[in-house]
Amino acid sequence: MTLLHLAILSPFLLAILIPFLYKFFRRIHTGWFVLLLPTILFIYFIQFIEDTMHGHTILQTMEWIPSLGINFTAYIDGLGLLFALLISGIGVLVVLYSIYYLSKEKEQLNTFYTYLLMFMGAMLGVVLSDNLIVLYTFWEFTSLSSFLLIGYWYKREKSRYGAQKSMLITIFGGLLMLGSFIMLYIMTNTFSIREIISQVPQITDHPLFVPALILVLFGAFTKSAQFPFYIWLPDAMEAPTPVSAYLHSATMVKAGIYLVARFSPIFAGTPEWFWIVSTFGIFTMFWGSFNAVKQTDLKGILAFSTVSQLGMIMSMFGIGSAALVLDSIDNSYYTVATLAAIFHLINHATFKGSLFMVVGIIDHETGTRDIRKLGGLMSLMPITFTISIIGAFSMAGLPPFNGFLSKEMFFTSMIRVLEMDVFNIETIGLLFPILAWVGSIFTFIYSMVLVFKTFTGKYQPEKLEKKPHEAPIGMLISPIILASLVLIFFFFPNILAYTIIEPAMASVIPALLGDEGHFHVHIYPWHGFTVELFMTIGVIALGVIGYLSLTKWRSVYGLFPKKLTLNKGYDAALVQLDKSSYRLTRFYMTGFIRDYLAYIFTFFILILGTSLILTGGFSFSLAHTAPVGIYEAVLAIVMVLGTITVLFSKSRLTAIIALGSVGYSLSLFFVLFRAPDLALTQLCVETVSVALFLLCFYHLPEFKKKEKKLHFKLTNLIISLGVGAIVTLIALSANSQRVTETISTYFVENSYKLAGGKNMVNVILVDFRGFDTLFEITVLGIAALGIFGMIRLKVRKGEEG
Amino acid sequence: MEVLMSIVVGILFSAAVYLMLSKSLLRIIIGTGLLSHGAHLLILTMGGLKKGAAPLLGEHAEVYVDPLPQALILTAIVISFGVTSFFLVLAYRSYQELGTDDMDQLRGTDQYE
Repeated sequence: MTLLHLAILSPFLLAILIPFLYKFFRRIHTGWFVLLLPTILFIYFIQFIEDTMHGHTILQTMEWIPSLGINFTAYIDGLGLLFALLISGIGVLVVLYSIYYLSKEKEQLNTFYTYLLMFMGAMLGVVLSDNLIVLYTFWEFTSLSSFLLIGYWYKREKSRYGAQKSMLITIFGGLLMLGSFIMLYIMTNTFSIREIISQVPQITDHPLFVPALILVLFGAFTKSAQFPFYIWLPDAMEAPTPVSAYLHSATMVKAGIYLVARFSPIFAGTPEWFWIVSTFGIFTMFWGSFNAVKQTDLKGILAFSTVSQLGMIMSMFGIGSAALVLDSIDNSYYTVATLAAIFHLINHATFKGSLFMVVGIIDHETGTRDIRKLGGLMSLMPITFTISIIGAFSMAGLPPFNGFLSKEMFFTSMIRVLEMDVFNIETIGLLFPILAWVGSIFTFIYSMVLVFKTFTGKYQPEKLEKKPHEAPIGMLISPIILASLVLIFFFFPNILAYTIIEPAMASVIPALLGDEGHFHVHIYPWHGFTVELFMTIGVIALGVIGYLSLTKWRSVYGLFPKKLTLNKGYDAALVQLDKSSYRLTRFYMTGFIRDYLAYIFTFFILILGTSLILTGGFSFSLAHTAPVGIYEAVLAIVMVLGTITVLFSKSRLTAIIALGSVGYSLSLFFVLFRAPDLALTQLCVETVSVALFLLCFYHLPEFKKKEKKLHFKLTNLIISLGVGAIVTLIALSANSQRVTETISTYFVENSYKLAGGKNMVNVILVDFRGFDTLFEITVLGIAALGIFGMIRLKVRKGEEG
Repeated sequence: MEVLMSIVVGILFSAAVYLMLSKSLLRIIIGTGLLSHGAHLLILTMGGLKKGAAPLLGEHAEVYVDPLPQALILTAIVISFGVTSFFLVLAYRSYQELGTDDMDQLRGTDQYE
């Protein structure tokens, strides 16, 4: 256990203490205790920047299950550090915000902070693990804690619905991802990501390589809300706003992005990776922004906007992967996509975090998030308005905010797709810049909707539950910090470029590092009059027109039938799954014992019959048979006649007597086959059994006494004949293929010598195999006690059993 | 001899299965009785029906029949007797409590909501 491990696990440790802190310090908001931890973590992680900047990595191992190659290996490189800083940094701001957002009196703060800390620890574990199984463990922890946080107000039905939905979808993806990890282990015999990367050249032709690639993307796409798995994210907005800001914009949804970036050195360079990541990403970007415009709930807009932005980052990672294949003279020509992805990842965390917090403030101060009820809040909430302007304009990609820089780079990378000549890109390459551009126009429109529908226009106090006023300063601190970061990153992007982005790029595309050991990135806002600039101008122009004429073309959203939406599909699929499994169960679980017996016997016939045929197990020879004696033949006929009488007897009395006759014939058989002990026992047992049967017969109900004909059923007959035939066939085959001699010569030789008895059967029963007899006696004893209990212990009506 | 006994065993099994698939509780228990007869006979047959003396050393014979299957069958007879008598009393008691021995009316209530 090193300091680094302690840092990753510290949120879990603190989470254990939270209920005590909550209970014993009721007067202090529990959030203050929590706030310390992410602050310390943030400062702790900042120290590592120095190392990663110079291309060093930190690796520390703690043994967990060494025999299976599963160890808690913490690994810090540029990418992991970037995420760790995001998680702890935004964690500080979110905890601070939540202190003012959640009321000390009304809310269950202990559960909230326990879940939040669990999430924080899990997230740190995901991004700082080198071992795949440890990564998966933390990954599922994030799903679990997210589930708990979405369902925080568990008395609301929508919260429970959203929590269940996100759980089902992310766990589904997580499990598929585990499949991919196991495939990677099969291919490389290690769970360590670094070691897998070093073996990549050997495994690219392995038949499991592409399945592993696809499965790992399932994990990434479900977690990062890519098309068509984005549907859980809008419903996750039922969580408290600090949770939405933290989990569903800045950290958890980026776990999928992290996964794609982390696995890029393994899978990037294959066409499958390129096509899946970039096309799903770009389509998600377009689809999310298109759908965001029609939302009327502020958090709904932000949810779809998150989906769209995540798609954008995802597509850039996809396109960046093509850089590995292209033999361009200047590598940086295509690595710009990776750079843009990482840069936008940071930018998105800043502006989306601040926007969620702003929406939380509006909700808190007015009592609604519905843009149809809001308006004219500008003069009432000037600070909030300023922050949201900064956030929204950055989201729309306008200068002088950081979103502009990453959006320009986004356009650059999309345009450069046109010049690619790998993976048969020529055919549909044009689609990338077009979708990107159209998506950006919609992004612009919903960003404007977010700000101007809320803060300008007519003030409608009658629709609001509360009288709105500016938020308390404590609530504003976090969004102000984030908004100032938005500005700082625009004016001084290169602070980030050298310290964080370069090492992160080195982790994503290590193959392109060259001799110097690190990339040279320089971000600057002015490129001259390039295509990208004109695209941005076009976005602004068309976006303004689109926003102003929104009421006219809004009806376009009505064209798409509601029934065909993915949500309806998901709901219908759940209902259908439930119904059809119910129907299936009702179909075969009839409740009739006869049916179950029929299933069992049918499978008995099918399995034994087919294996007899398939393995050629049947054989028939008379080599081992003894000659048929006349007595045995007669007795066999008697026995068969008795059996048939049982079957066809119309009265039960006849059936019982016939059963007795079969039993007595059996004991006669024992006599003929030289088994005196068996004959004796069989005779006694049969007598007692028949007596018992007669006893039962006597106690049968009156109306049942009227003897009725046996129900004849063809299926029953077929099944019973089948069972009999199979048994006969197996008996014949077994008899024809004796392989070894009997071991009974030992008993014959030693019964007297070792055990001092001349009756071999008895010697076996009590000496050689005495344990059988002991437990057979136990069986009889239990049966006797059971019978006694059944007869004597009766529960009277009204009493509990 | 073994061929003949295998066929007899098959007939016993068929009859037992047919009875077990019927409606009346008593017939089902008769079916289990036939099934255990069939099984015992099968064990004996599979042990080999070669001629030989009964497994008693006092006979001073050259060849004895195999004593091991006989010991196994003896155990099985006693166990199946214990189980059969338990079943019978169970059937008797269930008639007393429930007033029927029709398996269709004794249908389980394992339905889930």
